[in-house]
Amino acid sequence: MRPVRFNIHPKEAEIADAIGMGKAPDGVPGDGFFATQLSSVVGLARKNSLWPLPFATSCCGIEFMATMASHYDLSRFGSERVGFSPRQCDLLMVMGTIAKKMAPVLRQVYIQMAEPRWVIAVGACASSGGIFDTYSVLQGIDQVIPVDVYVPGCPPRPEAIIDGFMKIQDLVGQESIRRRNSEQYKALLNSYGIQ
Amino acid sequence: MEHNHITLPEGSIEKTTTTLNIGPTHPATHGVFQNIMEVDGERIVSSDQTVGYIHRAFEKLAERRPLYQITPITDRLNYCSSPINNMGWHITCEKFLQIETPKRVDYLRVIIMELARISDHLICNSIVGVDTGAYTGFLYVMQYRELIYEIYEEICGSRLTTNIGRIGGFERNFTNTAFTKLEKFLNEYPKVLKEFESLFTRNRIFMERTQGTGGISAARAMNYGFTGPNLRAAGVDYDVRVHQPYSSYQDFNFTVPVGTTGDNYDRFLVRNAEMWESISIIRQAYEKVQAFKGAEAEVYHADVPEYYLPKKEDVYTKMEALIWHFKIIMGEIDLPKGQIYCPVEGGNGELGFYLISDGGRTPFRLHFRRPCFIYYQAYPELIKGGMLSDAVVTMSSLNLIAGELDA
Amino acid sequence: MSLNNEMIQEKLIAKFGDQVSNFATSYGMLSFESPKEINLKVLQFLYDEPNLKFTFLTDICAVNYPDQKGAELVVVYHLHNLKENIRVRYSVSTSLENTDVYTATKLFESANWMERETYDFFGINFVGHPNLKRILNVDEMDYFPLRKEFPLEDQTRIDKDDEMFGRG
Repeated sequence: MRPVRFNIHPKEAEIADAIGMGKAPDGVPGDGFFATQLSSVVGLARKNSLWPLPFATSCCGIEFMATMASHYDLSRFGSERVGFSPRQCDLLMVMGTIAKKMAPVLRQVYIQMAEPRWVIAVGACASSGGIFDTYSVLQGIDQVIPVDVYVPGCPPRPEAIIDGFMKIQDLVGQESIRRRNSEQYKALLNSYGIQ
Repeated sequence: MEHNHITLPEGSIEKTTTTLNIGPTHPATHGVFQNIMEVDGERIVSSDQTVGYIHRAFEKLAERRPLYQITPITDRLNYCSSPINNMGWHITCEKFLQIETPKRVDYLRVIIMELARISDHLICNSIVGVDTGAYTGFLYVMQYRELIYEIYEEICGSRLTTNIGRIGGFERNFTNTAFTKLEKFLNEYPKVLKEFESLFTRNRIFMERTQGTGGISAARAMNYGFTGPNLRAAGVDYDVRVHQPYSSYQDFNFTVPVGTTGDNYDRFLVRNAEMWESISIIRQAYEKVQAFKGAEAEVYHADVPEYYLPKKEDVYTKMEALIWHFKIIMGEIDLPKGQIYCPVEGGNGELGFYLISDGGRTPFRLHFRRPCFIYYQAYPELIKGGMLSDAVVTMSSLNLIAGELDA
Repeated sequence: MSLNNEMIQEKLIAKFGDQVSNFATSYGMLSFESPKEINLKVLQFLYDEPNLKFTFLTDICAVNYPDQKGAELVVVYHLHNLKENIRVRYSVSTSLENTDVYTATKLFESANWMERETYDFFGINFVGHPNLKRILNVDEMDYFPLRKEFPLEDQTRIDKDDEMFGRG
């Protein structure tokens, strides 16, 4: 029988810069406490636990499948749970062409989401209608709902989708807690006829 | 003690069934379809579908474009196997313009088309797995779909909507890296597929979920216009690759797998068997490509200056090439008059292109025969009387692609 | 004995006389026309006749020829005999004023949606269709978009400058 031995020459993994913890926000550290703004803490928590709602209609949805699956693995960014209920999700990811027939559905889904909510338009079609400048296609989802981040590409590579997702994380992390109550935000929603 | 019954308002009709709406955005539909079902408990009494949620007017769009600009539109039909659509469109154009393609081009095309078929069936079958509760298969094989995408990338620079090839051949020769990647795929994938099969094929839960659900007889399937794996699962050995060979499919040795009952399980098995056939076809095609020697081994397009873009160096140095380049890019080449219907075996059935030209520079009319648009009408018949949870599996095993369905 | 285009043509002429016309073979496929009133009879004959057996409907679509007065819309059927592996293209034409064409849904289940699509795009009124309404476009649409007179782009959109897209 082979003797059980511990590895007595353990090799250090070279992870000095590759893997890091989320950076702590600016604040005053002390013994057993850390003082900082509430919005920074909330932002830190929110940005690393976004629940995406994939609103996948066409080709970009297939690239999102690749993003979600094992090779690109979106769950590394804190969005393991892809939800399909608008009530539970924070991030609406619109992937693919939105036809005029679909536009009211998309709007309804957006309205059903609870604040705070973010929207990412993945791909040329969702951003601007793409190559489909036709009678039946909505020329960009920003005609019916406000959009935070646009990802170009037809379809975007999974890396691009992840990049767009990280841009959303930056937005989420820096958002002030009272932004959703501001006059400006209300005016924005009013311009879309929401609320 | 008094029971608090809900009393219906005066004049209301008491219904024994429930109306259930699924879609158009629902995780179980894998695309934008709406199904309104009448269910009695969990049994489906009747259902009605709405489609058209991503209608993009491909056919109207194609009337405005010269032939080579239509290729990107075909990408977006069945986006799980866009190279087949691209090649199908190029083959249609070549037939229409009576262009002979060299054998090497045909074989390279066969390699690409069969890779696309594998990636299409792979997604469909793994999604059937997801809908029967086995997420593992999906996560596992998606890793290997990336290998196929890497090959596409090496050839045309794009992953999903490939726009691969040109009228007359390919835009560039396959690099050695592409062939190395192909070999890697051919070495690794069969093991994975074997494992994938052993995960599902004799899996008790999977068999119970899929056998006997969503079945259709051969006669009904033909009446409903089924084609592709769905028709073959019902027992009809109709395959465009055999019946009307294109791209030199007659040079290859392969069998057409057929099922018997046309249920979800048979559809799954037929797709799996087709993947094995595809691997064998790719191997044969790769051997044939390797056999070309000398100048023949460098051929990657037909000699059709009217439709095939000249090399960039030539455009800068040769008058002739510059003129062709200009004419092609500006879409200033008049097409011959005529009509053609040309089918290819797409990922989910017979994909046909009906091209009408009146001698102008763009098609007068281009109609796509989209297989899943035609066979999705059979869905109410497939699920009637079955359980709600089986309807979901039936839907995914039909391999419905919303982009193709709505055109 | 395998079926070929000449035999199909002979059989059709023997049955319908000069009502079927314009026989042509392009790229190996036989095409012919008939008045729209007898379209069902022709389809039924092709379906039932023991030697023809065109039992698989590949496709139905329509074409709009604005210059053909009185026959602006043409409905095209592609039929397939799977056993003999031979296809035919059959078309009937109709005017814009009276777009009635008999439905093939009794013969082929698959015709149902194909005819709805054709109605949606070209406004061809399939008489006897069980559920003739728009399929791909929104129900409120008040025109038939694939007819040549209607433009591709949505005319109400304001965000795209036509001049920048070369359509000024």
